[in-house]
Amino acid sequence: MEELKKELKEKIIDALNLDDMSIGDIKDSDFLFGDGLGLDSIDALELIVILDKDYGIKLTDPKEGKKIFESIETMAQYISEHRTK
Amino acid sequence: MKNKITHYCNIKNGKISLNGKLVFENQDEPTFLKFIKSAYKTLKIDYPKFYKMDPLCKLSLVASTILLDSMESIDSEMALLLCNRSSCIDIDKEHQSSISYENGGYASPATFVYTLPNIALGEISIKYKLKSENSFFIFENFNPKFMIDYSESLINLGKSKSVLCGWLEVNQDEYNAFVFIVEPKEGEELSVEKLNKLL
Amino acid sequence: MIQDKNNISVFATTGNCVTPLGFNIQENIKMVLQGKSGIKNFSDEYLHNEPFVGGIIDKEKLNNAFQTLNLKGEFTDLEQMMLLSVKSIQPLYDAILDDKCGLIISSTKGNITSLEKGNIEQYYLSNLADKVAKVIGVKSTPIVLSNACVSGIMAVSVAKSLIQSNVYNHLIIIGADLFSRFVFTGFQSFQAVSPNPCKPYDKNRDGITLGEAAASILVTKNKAVIQGEVYYEILGDSNINDANHISGPSRTGEGLFQSIQKSIAEAQISANQIDCISAHGTATAYNDEMEAQAFNRLGLENTPVYSLKGYFGHTLGASGLLDTVIALKSGSKNLIPQSLGYSEHGVTLPLNVTTENIFTECNIILKTASGFGGTNTAVIFKRHINNEK
Repeated sequence: MEELKKELKEKIIDALNLDDMSIGDIKDSDFLFGDGLGLDSIDALELIVILDKDYGIKLTDPKEGKKIFESIETMAQYISEHRTK
Repeated sequence: MKNKITHYCNIKNGKISLNGKLVFENQDEPTFLKFIKSAYKTLKIDYPKFYKMDPLCKLSLVASTILLDSMESIDSEMALLLCNRSSCIDIDKEHQSSISYENGGYASPATFVYTLPNIALGEISIKYKLKSENSFFIFENFNPKFMIDYSESLINLGKSKSVLCGWLEVNQDEYNAFVFIVEPKEGEELSVEKLNKLL
Repeated sequence: MIQDKNNISVFATTGNCVTPLGFNIQENIKMVLQGKSGIKNFSDEYLHNEPFVGGIIDKEKLNNAFQTLNLKGEFTDLEQMMLLSVKSIQPLYDAILDDKCGLIISSTKGNITSLEKGNIEQYYLSNLADKVAKVIGVKSTPIVLSNACVSGIMAVSVAKSLIQSNVYNHLIIIGADLFSRFVFTGFQSFQAVSPNPCKPYDKNRDGITLGEAAASILVTKNKAVIQGEVYYEILGDSNINDANHISGPSRTGEGLFQSIQKSIAEAQISANQIDCISAHGTATAYNDEMEAQAFNRLGLENTPVYSLKGYFGHTLGASGLLDTVIALKSGSKNLIPQSLGYSEHGVTLPLNVTTENIFTECNIILKTASGFGGTNTAVIFKRHINNEK
């Protein structure tokens, strides 16, 4: 799970162009949206693509995304349970 | 009162100047992206959205920030008139690459959202809260006559009191930004000759 | 804040269009009148990994029709669409090409398949414009407007301003965009594409249908150029940015509201004089809701309003102009088309969305559009009867 969380942080920094951040800047429990990392609606769509492309998970209801993408912790949990890649 | 060029900013050949005076230089960065990032950091532009932008938006954001921040006040109805030759070619190529079969055909929303040149207008409007006339035109070469004609028509027809005009060309590591304000105040002569000289 | 009201009146001639419903305006109006949609089912692995719907032109039919123009040289599908659409207005502009006549091309991506083909020269919109200008015979540098989905109607606004400022006497406008893998994959990644034909303003709307088209029109200060009994004057125009978000519209429809408000003020009319609204209506949850907000803020909730996206899909840079040529041709026949795809009201505020073709005088038509980058355009057209013919 620790490896997955590290991997997720790297992917997020890369895909979302968080140029001035490093893995150490993102805590597992930080909120990704709103007051935490401040990601927006386009970023949410990007995370959905990552889920599909890298882990083989197709989110049929984008609204599910809110809970899944709450933090690195919740993302890692969801991915480890549902990944097909 | 006649319309004049009241403020202008140039970004090219590793240099940024405001109203003809050098404000930043970096000849050590061979790529556009590294150059513009160094300018963004050194000039303390402090607008984190910058990192998400495509090359065209990065160039136009830095150029217009230097220009607009130098003005005493910014009219919220200031029109925006931007032009270039290459549209947003760099991000278009990136999107094309990401949807290729070799890459599994996955489009990236964060990339696709920038595959329109007028997004550069949107980013400036958002940063400076400009609810105003805005349009993006494509020409093979810098077209000062058109920019004068259209910016003056916006002012003379009462659609705006001032216009931020810009030629914002970036294509891989070649870049040239020339943004200027047109308004009925004291300034440089608004003519094709003058604009060609200032480019 | 109109300073000295300019005395130059600007008019729009009957335009033309090339769409999946037909290659001229007459065919298109006939199909729209019959409620026929150009959106069909497709199965094409190159465009998408699952069957999809779209407003796609039959390229074999297009190529055959294009042959009749007898033009030498190679022309891409997009160029064929553009030249075919402008052919029918050639009798209008041939006579005035030397009289300060310009050309505006509206397109978001132009020959975008060029990237895949590795033909970079073809990518540049200025090259596309030069090629088309050469065929038409326009001598001045063509103007390309690439301003997302408002480009087609914003070009009319730009043309009016340039004519009223005596930069040109006439401007030919051609709007065109392709249904491409480039764009389709992008919208899919936004989760913005409906698996079924789009349903603007409907409760069950769930995204756009992508389309492709070309449309053209001549905008002129000279009434003598106009043919036909009925024609429209461009009374007011405005293009105000939301300054809110680059891909989502303002929740209050601020930019659209201000664009309509300013164009109404310039036209020196009141909102209740507007007979119908040819709106944008893309069938995304946010766009249609935003339009409802803006229209209600202006007291336009009872004005018949329709979107043509149910007939053609979203044709991007062509859409604003395609909508305009259909609206003006319909208006000249006292027709407000049905807003195809709408059956159950699905925005939170009232709108008078047309559920059937309405035959009534269309003296004042409002055309609106919105696009990525927070851009909005509103143009007001007023009907005239041609007494001189």
